[in-house]
Amino acid sequence: MRITKHPVIHFPERRRVKFLFDGREIEGFEDEPIAAALIAQGIRVFSRSPRHGRARGFFCAIGNCSSCLMQVDGIANVRICVTKLAPGMRVETQRGRGHLVEKD
Amino acid sequence: MKRTDIAVCGSGPAGLSAAISAASLGAQVTLFEREDVLGGQLVKQIHKFFGSEKQYAATRGIEIARILARQVEVSENIQALPGTTVLGRYRDGSLMVERGQSVEIWQPQRLIVATGASETMLPFPGNDLPGVYGAGAVQTLMNVYGVAPGRRVLMVGAGNIGLIVSFQLLQAGINVEAVVEAAPQVGGYLVHAAKLRRQGVPILTSHTIKEAHGVDGVEGATIVQVSEDWQPIDGTERFLEVDTVCLAVGLSPLAELLWQAGCQMRYVPELGGHSPVRNEHMETTVKGVYAAGDVAGVEEASTALLEGQIAGLAAAASLGYSSEDLPRLLDEAMSELVSLRAGPRGEKVRRGISQVLRHGETA
Repeated sequence: MRITKHPVIHFPERRRVKFLFDGREIEGFEDEPIAAALIAQGIRVFSRSPRHGRARGFFCAIGNCSSCLMQVDGIANVRICVTKLAPGMRVETQRGRGHLVEKD
Repeated sequence: MKRTDIAVCGSGPAGLSAAISAASLGAQVTLFEREDVLGGQLVKQIHKFFGSEKQYAATRGIEIARILARQVEVSENIQALPGTTVLGRYRDGSLMVERGQSVEIWQPQRLIVATGASETMLPFPGNDLPGVYGAGAVQTLMNVYGVAPGRRVLMVGAGNIGLIVSFQLLQAGINVEAVVEAAPQVGGYLVHAAKLRRQGVPILTSHTIKEAHGVDGVEGATIVQVSEDWQPIDGTERFLEVDTVCLAVGLSPLAELLWQAGCQMRYVPELGGHSPVRNEHMETTVKGVYAAGDVAGVEEASTALLEGQIAGLAAAASLGYSSEDLPRLLDEAMSELVSLRAGPRGEKVRRGISQVLRHGETA
Protein backbone atom coordinates (compact mmCIF):
# COMPACT_ATOMS: atom_id res chain seq x y z
CA MET A 1 0.00 0.00 0.00
CA ARG A 2 1.47 3.33 -1.05
CA ILE A 3 1.07 6.41 1.13
CA THR A 4 -0.42 9.08 -1.11
CA LYS A 5 -1.46 11.85 1.28
CA HIS A 6 0.92 13.10 3.94
CA PRO A 7 0.97 16.34 5.97
CA VAL A 8 4.78 16.63 6.14
CA ILE A 9 6.34 14.61 3.34
CA HIS A 10 5.95 14.94 -0.37
CA PHE A 11 6.72 11.72 -2.22
CA PRO A 12 7.81 12.59 -5.74
CA GLU A 13 6.58 10.57 -8.68
CA ARG A 14 9.20 7.98 -9.63
CA ARG A 15 9.71 5.80 -12.66
CA ARG A 16 7.61 2.64 -12.59
CA VAL A 17 9.41 -0.55 -13.54
CA LYS A 18 8.26 -4.11 -14.02
CA PHE A 19 9.95 -7.02 -12.27
CA LEU A 20 9.25 -10.68 -11.58
CA PHE A 21 8.16 -11.99 -8.19
CA ASP A 22 8.19 -15.82 -8.24
CA GLY A 23 7.66 -15.63 -11.99
CA ARG A 24 4.73 -13.20 -11.77
CA GLU A 25 5.18 -9.76 -13.30
CA ILE A 26 4.54 -6.90 -10.88
CA GLU A 27 5.39 -3.21 -10.65
CA GLY A 28 7.52 -1.11 -8.36
CA PHE A 29 9.49 2.13 -8.45
CA GLU A 30 12.98 2.14 -9.85
CA ASP A 31 15.74 2.35 -7.21
CA GLU A 32 13.47 1.80 -4.22
CA PRO A 33 14.46 -1.18 -2.05
CA ILE A 34 12.98 -4.43 -3.35
CA ALA A 35 11.33 -4.87 0.07
CA ALA A 36 9.44 -1.59 -0.29
CA ALA A 37 8.13 -2.63 -3.71
CA LEU A 38 6.94 -6.00 -2.40
CA ILE A 39 5.26 -4.63 0.74
CA ALA A 40 3.57 -1.96 -1.38
CA GLN A 41 2.01 -4.86 -3.34
CA GLY A 42 0.90 -6.56 -0.11
CA ILE A 43 3.61 -9.23 -0.33
CA ARG A 44 5.26 -9.80 3.03
CA VAL A 45 6.56 -13.39 2.99
CA PHE A 46 10.10 -13.18 1.59
CA SER A 47 11.56 -16.54 2.56
CA ARG A 48 10.98 -19.79 4.43
CA SER A 49 13.09 -20.79 7.43
CA PRO A 50 15.50 -23.72 6.85
CA ARG A 51 14.17 -26.11 9.49
CA HIS A 52 10.47 -25.48 10.00
CA GLY A 53 9.60 -23.63 6.83
CA ARG A 54 8.21 -20.69 8.76
CA ALA A 55 7.49 -17.47 6.94
CA ARG A 56 10.14 -14.76 7.12
CA GLY A 57 9.80 -11.12 6.15
CA PHE A 58 10.92 -7.56 6.66
CA PHE A 59 12.27 -6.57 10.07
CA CYS A 60 15.13 -4.04 10.44
CA ALA A 61 15.31 -2.17 7.09
CA ILE A 62 19.03 -1.44 7.54
CA GLY A 63 20.58 -4.63 6.16
CA ASN A 64 21.35 -5.95 9.58
CA CYS A 65 19.01 -8.72 10.69
CA SER A 66 18.99 -11.16 7.73
CA SER A 67 15.23 -11.64 7.98
CA CYS A 68 14.60 -10.42 4.41
CA LEU A 69 16.97 -12.65 2.42
CA MET A 70 15.66 -13.57 -1.04
CA GLN A 71 17.00 -14.95 -4.28
CA VAL A 72 17.55 -12.10 -6.75
CA ASP A 73 18.60 -12.74 -10.35
CA GLY A 74 19.72 -16.21 -9.30
CA ILE A 75 21.83 -15.04 -6.36
CA ALA A 76 20.75 -16.31 -2.94
CA ASN A 77 20.78 -14.45 0.39
CA VAL A 78 20.30 -10.96 -1.04
CA ARG A 79 19.24 -8.45 1.64
CA ILE A 80 16.27 -6.98 -0.16
CA CYS A 81 15.70 -4.17 2.36
CA VAL A 82 18.88 -2.49 1.10
CA THR A 83 18.98 -3.74 -2.51
CA LYS A 84 17.59 -1.41 -5.13
CA LEU A 85 14.93 -2.51 -7.57
CA ALA A 86 15.88 -2.55 -11.24
CA PRO A 87 13.72 -3.27 -14.29
CA GLY A 88 13.34 -6.94 -15.11
CA MET A 89 14.77 -8.22 -11.84
CA ARG A 90 13.90 -11.81 -10.95
CA VAL A 91 12.98 -11.86 -7.28
CA GLU A 92 12.21 -15.26 -5.76
CA THR A 93 11.09 -16.55 -2.38
CA GLN A 94 14.07 -18.22 -0.79
CA ARG A 95 13.61 -21.62 0.80
CA GLY A 96 16.19 -22.51 3.40
CA ARG A 97 19.75 -21.32 3.17
CA GLY A 98 19.93 -20.91 -0.59
CA HIS A 99 22.62 -22.16 -2.95
CA LEU A 100 25.72 -20.49 -4.28
CA VAL A 101 25.52 -19.81 -7.99
CA GLU A 102 27.76 -21.95 -10.15
CA LYS A 103 29.80 -20.17 -12.77
CA ASP A 104 29.26 -21.33 -16.33
CA MET B 1 46.51 0.10 0.23
CA LYS B 2 44.80 3.48 0.66
CA ARG B 3 45.82 5.88 3.39
CA THR B 4 43.90 8.51 5.33
CA ASP B 5 44.39 10.41 8.58
CA ILE B 6 41.06 9.50 10.11
CA ALA B 7 38.52 6.90 9.06
CA VAL B 8 34.97 7.53 10.26
CA CYS B 9 32.59 4.58 10.02
CA GLY B 10 28.97 5.62 9.79
CA SER B 11 27.42 8.91 8.70
CA GLY B 12 24.63 9.39 11.19
CA PRO B 13 24.70 12.42 13.51
CA ALA B 14 27.84 11.19 15.32
CA GLY B 15 29.81 10.29 12.19
CA LEU B 16 28.91 13.46 10.28
CA SER B 17 29.77 15.63 13.23
CA ALA B 18 33.06 13.75 13.84
CA ALA B 19 34.10 14.11 10.20
CA ILE B 20 33.26 17.81 10.07
CA SER B 21 35.06 18.58 13.34
CA ALA B 22 38.21 16.64 12.46
CA ALA B 23 38.34 18.18 9.00
CA SER B 24 37.90 21.67 10.44
CA LEU B 25 41.30 21.27 12.12
CA GLY B 26 42.88 20.20 8.84
CA ALA B 27 42.86 16.41 9.17
CA GLN B 28 42.18 14.32 6.06
CA VAL B 29 39.01 12.36 6.76
CA THR B 30 37.47 9.43 4.94
CA LEU B 31 33.81 8.89 5.78
CA PHE B 32 32.47 5.39 5.14
CA GLU B 33 28.70 4.87 4.89
CA ARG B 34 27.06 1.61 3.87
CA GLU B 35 23.88 3.28 2.63
CA ASP B 36 23.83 5.27 -0.59
CA VAL B 37 23.02 8.52 1.18
CA LEU B 38 24.64 10.26 4.13
CA GLY B 39 22.67 10.88 7.30
CA GLY B 40 22.13 7.49 8.89
CA GLN B 41 18.81 7.28 10.71
CA LEU B 42 18.34 11.05 10.58
CA VAL B 43 16.91 10.70 7.08
CA LYS B 44 13.66 9.17 8.37
CA GLN B 45 13.17 11.56 11.30
CA ILE B 46 10.41 13.83 10.07
CA HIS B 47 9.66 15.25 13.52
CA LYS B 48 11.26 18.35 15.00
CA PHE B 49 13.99 17.82 17.55
CA PHE B 50 14.05 19.05 21.14
CA GLY B 51 17.02 20.31 23.08
CA SER B 52 19.28 23.26 22.57
CA GLU B 53 19.64 25.30 19.42
CA LYS B 54 23.21 24.14 18.87
CA GLN B 55 21.92 20.60 18.48
CA TYR B 56 19.32 21.78 15.98
CA ALA B 57 16.26 21.91 18.23
CA ALA B 58 13.03 22.66 16.30
CA THR B 59 14.62 21.30 13.13
CA ARG B 60 13.42 18.06 11.55
CA GLY B 61 16.00 15.25 11.60
CA ILE B 62 15.88 14.92 7.83
CA GLU B 63 16.80 18.61 7.54
CA ILE B 64 19.70 18.19 10.02
CA ALA B 65 21.02 15.40 7.80
CA ARG B 66 20.90 17.72 4.79
CA ILE B 67 22.68 20.57 6.59
CA LEU B 68 25.51 18.32 7.82
CA ALA B 69 25.82 16.39 4.56
CA ARG B 70 26.23 19.70 2.73
CA GLN B 71 29.06 20.67 5.09
CA VAL B 72 30.72 17.34 4.36
CA GLU B 73 30.36 17.83 0.63
CA VAL B 74 31.92 21.30 0.60
CA SER B 75 34.82 20.32 2.86
CA GLU B 76 38.02 19.73 0.90
CA ASN B 77 39.37 17.58 3.72
CA ILE B 78 36.57 15.01 3.71
CA GLN B 79 36.19 12.21 1.23
CA ALA B 80 32.70 10.76 1.70
CA LEU B 81 32.18 7.23 0.41
CA PRO B 82 28.52 6.27 0.51
CA GLY B 83 27.66 2.73 -0.57
CA THR B 84 30.76 1.48 1.23
CA THR B 85 30.80 -1.02 4.11
CA VAL B 86 33.67 -1.45 6.54
CA LEU B 87 33.73 -5.21 6.97
CA GLY B 88 36.45 -5.50 9.57
CA ARG B 89 39.59 -4.21 11.21
CA TYR B 90 42.89 -6.08 11.17
CA ARG B 91 45.32 -6.18 14.07
CA ASP B 92 47.62 -3.65 12.36
CA GLY B 93 44.75 -1.17 12.26
CA SER B 94 43.93 -1.55 8.58
CA LEU B 95 40.32 -1.83 7.48
CA MET B 96 38.75 -4.18 4.97
CA VAL B 97 36.20 -2.21 3.03
CA GLU B 98 33.55 -3.41 0.59
CA ARG B 99 32.87 -0.90 -2.14
CA GLY B 100 30.39 -2.04 -4.76
CA GLN B 101 31.59 -5.46 -5.89
CA SER B 102 35.21 -4.90 -4.89
CA VAL B 103 37.22 -5.01 -1.68
CA GLU B 104 39.78 -2.40 -0.63
CA ILE B 105 42.25 -2.18 2.23
CA TRP B 106 42.50 1.16 3.98
CA GLN B 107 45.14 2.21 6.49
CA PRO B 108 43.88 5.06 8.68
CA GLN B 109 45.94 6.59 11.46
CA ARG B 110 42.87 6.99 13.63
CA LEU B 111 39.49 5.24 13.57
CA ILE B 112 36.20 6.74 14.74
CA VAL B 113 33.45 4.13 15.00
CA ALA B 114 30.01 5.73 14.70
CA THR B 115 27.99 2.75 13.56
CA GLY B 116 24.88 3.43 15.63
CA ALA B 117 22.54 0.85 17.07
CA SER B 118 20.09 -1.83 16.04
CA GLU B 119 16.64 -2.64 17.31
CA THR B 120 16.12 -4.95 20.24
CA MET B 121 13.97 -8.04 19.79
CA LEU B 122 11.30 -9.06 22.28
CA PRO B 123 10.61 -12.75 23.01
CA PHE B 124 6.96 -13.84 22.53
CA PRO B 125 5.24 -16.57 20.50
CA GLY B 126 4.83 -15.46 16.90
CA ASN B 127 7.54 -12.81 17.06
CA ASP B 128 9.05 -14.23 13.86
CA LEU B 129 5.91 -13.67 11.77
CA PRO B 130 6.05 -11.24 8.86
CA GLY B 131 4.23 -8.18 10.14
CA VAL B 132 6.31 -8.00 13.33
CA TYR B 133 8.63 -5.15 12.43
CA GLY B 134 11.09 -2.92 14.22
CA ALA B 135 9.77 0.59 14.85
CA GLY B 136 12.74 2.12 13.08
CA ALA B 137 12.13 -0.13 10.10
CA VAL B 138 8.51 0.99 9.92
CA GLN B 139 9.68 4.59 10.08
CA THR B 140 12.06 4.00 7.18
CA LEU B 141 9.41 2.22 5.12
CA MET B 142 6.85 5.00 5.65
CA ASN B 143 8.91 8.17 5.77
CA VAL B 144 11.66 7.40 3.29
CA TYR B 145 9.93 5.07 0.82
CA GLY B 146 6.29 6.07 1.22
CA VAL B 147 5.02 2.56 1.83
CA ALA B 148 2.54 1.60 4.56
CA PRO B 149 3.59 -1.44 6.63
CA GLY B 150 -0.06 -2.47 7.14
CA ARG B 151 -3.47 -1.08 8.01
CA ARG B 152 -3.84 -1.69 11.74
CA VAL B 153 -0.87 -1.54 14.05
CA LEU B 154 -0.11 -2.52 17.63
CA MET B 155 2.84 -0.52 18.96
CA VAL B 156 4.89 -2.21 21.68
CA GLY B 157 6.78 0.33 23.78
CA ALA B 158 5.89 3.88 24.85
CA GLY B 159 9.37 5.36 24.90
CA ASN B 160 10.05 8.27 22.55
CA ILE B 161 10.51 6.02 19.51
CA GLY B 162 7.26 4.15 20.12
CA LEU B 163 5.31 7.36 20.65
CA ILE B 164 6.84 9.26 17.72
CA VAL B 165 6.47 6.39 15.26
CA SER B 166 2.86 5.87 16.40
CA PHE B 167 2.10 9.50 15.58
CA GLN B 168 3.88 9.17 12.24
CA LEU B 169 1.73 6.09 11.47
CA LEU B 170 -1.35 8.26 12.04
CA GLN B 171 0.13 10.97 9.80
CA ALA B 172 0.49 8.34 7.09
CA GLY B 173 -3.18 7.40 7.45
CA ILE B 174 -2.57 4.10 9.27
CA ASN B 175 -4.58 3.06 12.34
CA VAL B 176 -2.79 2.53 15.62
CA GLU B 177 -5.05 0.24 17.67
CA ALA B 178 -3.04 0.66 20.87
CA VAL B 179 0.35 1.40 22.34
CA VAL B 180 1.34 -1.04 25.10
CA GLU B 181 4.05 -0.31 27.64
CA ALA B 182 5.16 -2.86 30.23
CA ALA B 183 6.35 -0.18 32.66
CA PRO B 184 3.74 1.49 34.88
CA GLN B 185 4.33 4.85 33.19
CA VAL B 186 5.01 6.27 29.75
CA GLY B 187 8.75 6.35 29.09
CA GLY B 188 8.88 9.06 26.43
CA TYR B 189 8.14 12.76 26.58
CA LEU B 190 4.56 13.47 27.63
CA VAL B 191 4.09 15.92 24.74
CA HIS B 192 4.41 12.98 22.31
CA ALA B 193 1.99 10.87 24.39
CA ALA B 194 -0.50 13.74 24.51
CA LYS B 195 -0.51 14.05 20.71
CA LEU B 196 -1.52 10.39 20.49
CA ARG B 197 -4.19 10.64 23.19
CA ARG B 198 -5.75 13.63 21.43
CA GLN B 199 -6.15 11.40 18.38
CA GLY B 200 -7.85 8.77 20.55
CA VAL B 201 -5.06 6.18 20.58
CA PRO B 202 -5.09 4.19 23.83
CA ILE B 203 -1.74 4.04 25.64
CA LEU B 204 -1.92 1.03 27.94
CA THR B 205 0.76 1.10 30.62
CA SER B 206 1.53 -2.10 32.59
CA HIS B 207 0.59 -4.01 29.44
CA THR B 208 2.63 -6.07 27.02
CA ILE B 209 2.17 -8.33 24.03
CA LYS B 210 1.58 -11.97 24.90
CA GLU B 211 1.42 -13.47 21.43
CA ALA B 212 1.21 -12.57 17.76
CA HIS B 213 -1.24 -14.76 15.84
CA GLY B 214 -1.29 -15.73 12.19
CA VAL B 215 -0.12 -18.33 9.69
CA ASP B 216 2.08 -16.55 7.16
CA GLY B 217 1.85 -13.13 8.74
CA VAL B 218 0.32 -11.26 11.65
CA GLU B 219 -3.49 -11.54 11.77
CA GLY B 220 -3.93 -10.44 15.37
CA ALA B 221 -2.24 -10.03 18.70
CA THR B 222 -3.04 -10.81 22.32
CA ILE B 223 -2.05 -8.24 24.88
CA VAL B 224 -1.99 -8.77 28.63
CA GLN B 225 -1.67 -6.71 31.76
CA VAL B 226 1.51 -7.20 33.79
CA SER B 227 2.03 -6.92 37.53
CA GLU B 228 4.62 -4.73 39.23
CA ASP B 229 7.14 -7.58 38.97
CA TRP B 230 6.50 -7.83 35.22
CA GLN B 231 4.43 -11.04 35.39
CA PRO B 232 1.42 -11.43 33.08
CA ILE B 233 -1.86 -11.37 35.03
CA ASP B 234 -4.14 -14.28 34.08
CA GLY B 235 -7.55 -13.31 32.83
CA THR B 236 -6.53 -9.86 31.58
CA GLU B 237 -5.75 -11.00 28.02
CA ARG B 238 -7.32 -9.05 25.17
CA PHE B 239 -7.28 -9.83 21.47
CA LEU B 240 -6.57 -7.01 19.03
CA GLU B 241 -7.31 -7.32 15.35
CA VAL B 242 -4.07 -6.01 13.87
CA ASP B 243 -1.97 -6.91 10.85
CA THR B 244 1.23 -5.30 12.11
CA VAL B 245 3.09 -5.39 15.42
CA CYS B 246 5.69 -2.70 15.77
CA LEU B 247 8.49 -3.22 18.30
CA ALA B 248 9.90 -0.14 20.00
CA VAL B 249 11.52 -1.80 22.98
CA GLY B 250 14.98 -0.33 22.78
CA LEU B 251 18.19 -0.29 20.81
CA SER B 252 21.56 -2.00 21.25
CA PRO B 253 24.96 -0.65 20.13
CA LEU B 254 26.15 -2.04 16.77
CA ALA B 255 29.62 -2.59 18.17
CA GLU B 256 31.12 -5.35 15.99
CA LEU B 257 34.03 -3.16 14.85
CA LEU B 258 34.86 -2.23 18.43
CA TRP B 259 34.84 -5.88 19.48
CA GLN B 260 37.10 -6.72 16.53
CA ALA B 261 39.48 -3.94 17.45
CA GLY B 262 39.81 -5.47 20.90
CA CYS B 263 38.24 -2.56 22.78
CA GLN B 264 37.26 -3.33 26.33
CA MET B 265 33.46 -3.60 26.44
CA ARG B 266 31.11 -3.59 29.41
CA TYR B 267 27.55 -4.78 29.59
CA VAL B 268 25.56 -1.73 30.67
CA PRO B 269 21.78 -2.17 30.46
CA GLU B 270 21.28 1.59 30.91
CA LEU B 271 23.12 2.12 27.60
CA GLY B 272 21.35 -0.66 25.68
CA GLY B 273 23.96 -3.41 26.01
CA HIS B 274 27.69 -3.86 25.55
CA SER B 275 29.32 -0.44 25.37
CA PRO B 276 32.97 0.55 25.01
CA VAL B 277 35.05 1.77 27.94
CA ARG B 278 36.41 5.21 26.95
CA ASN B 279 37.89 8.44 28.26
CA GLU B 280 36.34 11.94 28.11
CA HIS B 281 37.59 12.28 24.53
CA MET B 282 35.66 9.17 23.42
CA GLU B 283 38.88 7.21 22.90
CA THR B 284 38.45 3.52 23.71
CA THR B 285 40.95 1.27 25.48
CA VAL B 286 42.60 0.68 22.08
CA LYS B 287 44.78 3.70 21.35
CA GLY B 288 43.63 5.60 18.28
CA VAL B 289 40.18 3.97 18.17
CA TYR B 290 37.31 6.25 19.13
CA ALA B 291 33.57 5.58 19.49
CA ALA B 292 30.77 8.14 19.20
CA GLY B 293 26.99 8.12 19.17
CA ASP B 294 24.71 5.16 19.89
CA VAL B 295 27.53 2.63 19.41
CA ALA B 296 29.12 4.13 22.52
CA GLY B 297 25.86 3.70 24.45
CA VAL B 298 22.35 4.38 23.22
CA GLU B 299 21.19 7.96 23.79
CA GLU B 300 19.82 10.71 21.57
CA ALA B 301 20.79 12.32 18.28
CA SER B 302 21.75 15.47 20.18
CA THR B 303 24.28 13.66 22.37
CA ALA B 304 25.54 11.77 19.31
CA LEU B 305 26.33 15.09 17.59
CA LEU B 306 28.35 16.19 20.61
CA GLU B 307 30.17 12.90 21.06
CA GLY B 308 31.06 12.96 17.37
CA GLN B 309 32.37 16.48 17.70
CA ILE B 310 34.51 15.54 20.70
CA ALA B 311 35.87 12.39 19.04
CA GLY B 312 36.61 14.24 15.79
CA LEU B 313 38.45 17.09 17.51
CA ALA B 314 40.37 14.77 19.83
CA ALA B 315 41.40 12.36 17.06
CA ALA B 316 42.63 15.22 14.87
CA ALA B 317 44.42 16.85 17.80
CA SER B 318 46.21 13.58 18.58
CA LEU B 319 47.68 13.73 15.06
CA GLY B 320 49.04 17.21 15.70
CA TYR B 321 46.26 19.19 14.02
CA SER B 322 45.18 22.18 16.02
CA SER B 323 43.65 25.62 16.01
CA GLU B 324 43.49 28.55 18.35
CA ASP B 325 40.04 27.72 19.66
CA LEU B 326 40.52 23.93 19.90
CA PRO B 327 40.72 23.85 23.73
CA ARG B 328 37.62 26.02 23.98
CA LEU B 329 35.67 23.93 21.44
CA LEU B 330 36.49 20.71 23.26
CA ASP B 331 35.61 22.14 26.67
CA GLU B 332 32.33 23.55 25.39
CA ALA B 333 31.30 20.30 23.75
CA MET B 334 32.12 18.32 26.88
CA SER B 335 30.19 20.65 29.16
CA GLU B 336 27.21 20.70 26.78
CA LEU B 337 27.19 16.92 26.89
CA VAL B 338 27.05 17.09 30.67
CA SER B 339 24.18 19.57 30.57
CA LEU B 340 22.17 17.47 28.09
CA ARG B 341 22.44 14.56 30.50
CA ALA B 342 21.47 16.68 33.51
CA GLY B 343 18.15 16.47 35.33
CA PRO B 344 15.94 13.54 36.25
CA ARG B 345 15.54 12.42 32.60
CA GLY B 346 19.26 11.88 32.28
CA GLU B 347 19.56 9.88 35.49
CA LYS B 348 19.62 6.47 33.80
CA VAL B 349 22.13 7.54 31.15
CA ARG B 350 24.39 9.13 33.77
CA ARG B 351 24.37 5.88 35.71
CA GLY B 352 25.30 4.05 32.51
CA ILE B 353 28.05 6.45 31.46
CA SER B 354 29.65 6.29 34.91
CA GLN B 355 30.25 2.56 34.32
CA VAL B 356 32.21 3.04 31.07
CA LEU B 357 33.95 6.38 31.56
CA ARG B 358 37.57 6.27 32.68
CA HIS B 359 39.21 9.58 33.38
CA GLY B 360 42.70 10.28 32.15
CA GLU B 361 44.70 10.60 28.98
CA THR B 362 43.84 7.22 27.52
CA ALA B 363 41.04 4.96 28.60
